[in-house]
Amino acid sequence: MPVDSFRWLPGAIAAYYRGLPLQKVEPIPWTPLAKPVERCRFALVTTAGLYMKDRDAPFDLDGERRNPFWGDPTYRVVPRDARQEQIGVAHLHINPTDLLADMNVALPVQRFLELEAAGRIGSLAPSHYSFMGYQPSNSEWEKRYGPEVAGRMKEEGVDAAFLTPT
Amino acid sequence: MEAAGISTVIVTPMPYFAEALGAARAVGVAFPFGHPLGHAGDRDEQMKVIGDALRVLREAPGPGTVEHLPYEWPDFERWKTEWQPAEPSPIVALLRERMRAQAQERRGDPTA
Repeated sequence: MPVDSFRWLPGAIAAYYRGLPLQKVEPIPWTPLAKPVERCRFALVTTAGLYMKDRDAPFDLDGERRNPFWGDPTYRVVPRDARQEQIGVAHLHINPTDLLADMNVALPVQRFLELEAAGRIGSLAPSHYSFMGYQPSNSEWEKRYGPEVAGRMKEEGVDAAFLTPT
Repeated sequence: MEAAGISTVIVTPMPYFAEALGAARAVGVAFPFGHPLGHAGDRDEQMKVIGDALRVLREAPGPGTVEHLPYEWPDFERWKTEWQPAEPSPIVALLRERMRAQAQERRGDPTA
């Protein structure tokens, strides 16, 4: 059965999203997988608003409170050896309880380390990337931070990215 | 990222947008927002979703491949609110306030 993309939303918000005029990207950008998954290096990307509490500032939620039509477009790096207790969540649009208990729900670093150990993927890159998904305007992602993250991935030899918008 | 030479696969609770906007490869999950890979602490469920996403990454015949995964989320009624933040987000609070004000105006309420 197809997944109903609007099942979790209150009616008025679902109607708003269904009514958005959407322009399909044509042609869809496409990079064929360069090698078997078992030899690919992976990077993970989420929009769950995760950050490293002991090292980085959270996303700018006060800015969003001052201007509800704005969302912090920056990103944070989460290293492959991040421990659960180092993870914070700064995102005003979701309940963070489960992410604070188990980041693998959105950024499956530990699952991918297991896949790496089992030889089911080539390797997990050193760095992974967390954005905060409330973005009334995507322009900063498109113009600045998306290309920046793609560049960092290339520097780390990443073949494939595993993306979890929330 | 695809344009930069990195192959991608997306795991999303809203495959509608992957289809409408044009994603290279995606899988849709019937999981609430904030839970793209399933339940906290459920390693097997997380691995199933990841395994399916990696299969789509490996086998997708071309751009625009979106597969809907069959996994269910129990206790739907409770989770319709459980995934939401304890406090409404600033935009939701603002829009609710505006709608309330408009409704009061329509009624000719002098305190509006």
